[in-house]
Amino acid sequence: MEINDFLNHTSEWLRGTGPNSDVVISSRIRLARNLANVPFSHRANKKQSEETLQSIEAALSLVEQLKKSRNFHLSDLDGIDRQFLIERHLMSLEFVKSSNSKAVVIEKDETIAIMINEEDHLRIQVLQSGLNLFEAYNIISVIDDMLSKQLSYAFSADLGFLTACPTNIGTGMRGSVMLHLPALVMSRQINRVLAAVSKLSFTTRGLYGEGTQASGNFFQVSNQVSLGHSEEEILQNLNGLIRQLIEQEHQARQALITDNRALVEDRVWRSYGILKSAHIITSQETIELLSMVRLGVDLKIVKDIDCGAVNELFILTQPAHLQKIEGRKLSSQERDAKRAELVHEKIAKLEKK
Amino acid sequence: MSRVQFAPPEAGLIEGAIMVCELCGKNQATVHLTEIIDEQISELHLCEDCARKKSVQMEQQFNIGDLLAGLVEFGKPEESVETETLKCSSCGLRYQDFKKTGRLGCGECYTNFNKYLLPLLKKIHGSIRHIGKAPYKLALKPRKKVEPNDDINELRSNLQKAIEKEEFEEAARLRDEIRETEKHGDK
Repeated sequence: MEINDFLNHTSEWLRGTGPNSDVVISSRIRLARNLANVPFSHRANKKQSEETLQSIEAALSLVEQLKKSRNFHLSDLDGIDRQFLIERHLMSLEFVKSSNSKAVVIEKDETIAIMINEEDHLRIQVLQSGLNLFEAYNIISVIDDMLSKQLSYAFSADLGFLTACPTNIGTGMRGSVMLHLPALVMSRQINRVLAAVSKLSFTTRGLYGEGTQASGNFFQVSNQVSLGHSEEEILQNLNGLIRQLIEQEHQARQALITDNRALVEDRVWRSYGILKSAHIITSQETIELLSMVRLGVDLKIVKDIDCGAVNELFILTQPAHLQKIEGRKLSSQERDAKRAELVHEKIAKLEKK
Repeated sequence: MSRVQFAPPEAGLIEGAIMVCELCGKNQATVHLTEIIDEQISELHLCEDCARKKSVQMEQQFNIGDLLAGLVEFGKPEESVETETLKCSSCGLRYQDFKKTGRLGCGECYTNFNKYLLPLLKKIHGSIRHIGKAPYKLALKPRKKVEPNDDINELRSNLQKAIEKEEFEEAARLRDEIRETEKHGDK
């Protein structure tokens, strides 16, 4: 499997299936682990980093769940490949800051991705479509157990798994849920909702995690606290909160369609119209317009397009994906033109069906 | 409290095609930043080179180390004298470095900086006691699968609480939700 093979199938987090997929895009669990008696990644010397990489790779090769995985050394990936994997949520922005002794192991269906020598020696991630935190945790916990039979983790009975950043200590676990909340945004309730989320010690982030802006009505909600609660407790709390957010979004959608049907229909069809006729379009604008079309699909205003097709456009119109499709580097202006072209083609195909 | 957000570099507006970078005044501006500092919103239009420099600058200004350091209370003066020379005996990281970067050097740092880290952990997590899982070899409890709480049971217990608190509007809402959930469950 090469990087280009990923282009031929839909990324797990955008499959558009799974429980509550009208509001929840994907669920993700990440575990941070470090090897005992080796300095954390940013303090390890070349030899230590190389040894860490090799011992983790050896342990990963024994994990049943990774039988169909492929290992990419960061030093072998060019700028576009890296950006491409970040867009698919298989690698972090932090990870690509330097490329020494780093690798990412990705299972074929993209549900499992493991970064070696990120901020922590091991960052294990499991992604699932829809609201599926518990399923994701059960998968990741088995992988974690397999690895902890092979590797000796930095662990203290008092403080749990020891991590480079004290915000991750304890369970080393972060559960994140990606939500699409257009109705809460349109009805201007989102700030109230997000303020409540942060009061409950959960954080909200943009589409690409830490430090990114919320765009296209997408919000990532995750637990902030990782010490002092069991994994199950953290997940129950997060799951309960997400259920409430889903409920609020449903109510807001219902109110919009009952009180302001014409307005919503107008927003949806205008967005659809721009996507169909624009000749130059940025990825930011594309995401925002697709978000409205997606709402239109969920509210059955747009009937001839399914949610999977809209999701596919979200990912294919990202900068590195466009360049992969074209097979060459494109300037920002070239991308905006190519993006518009790609969107036309895809919509035309969908309308013919 | 100040906050900075910046849009991803791709977020170039259409107007970018005719805009000139506000910093160097030479190249075309393709990156458009929105800065929110103390509720003051300002926009910056930059070329890719200047944007990269600006973004490094921003990271330096608002790194996690500062935020963490803000959480640590520097009570007695003699303590800050002590932390100036404090070093991890295992990896050699100075406590001062941790304060700058927000990153520890190795697992032993947690033991060596214990006195200063525990109050910080307490602030971040509200606890200093791990009760989650342990590595397989050290695990005392058998592994079990996790499952979401039974929704109906949770709703019922919330209903009970609402009734006890005499929040009847909330109780009525919960009652309807339970009925609704039960209906779906039958399908």
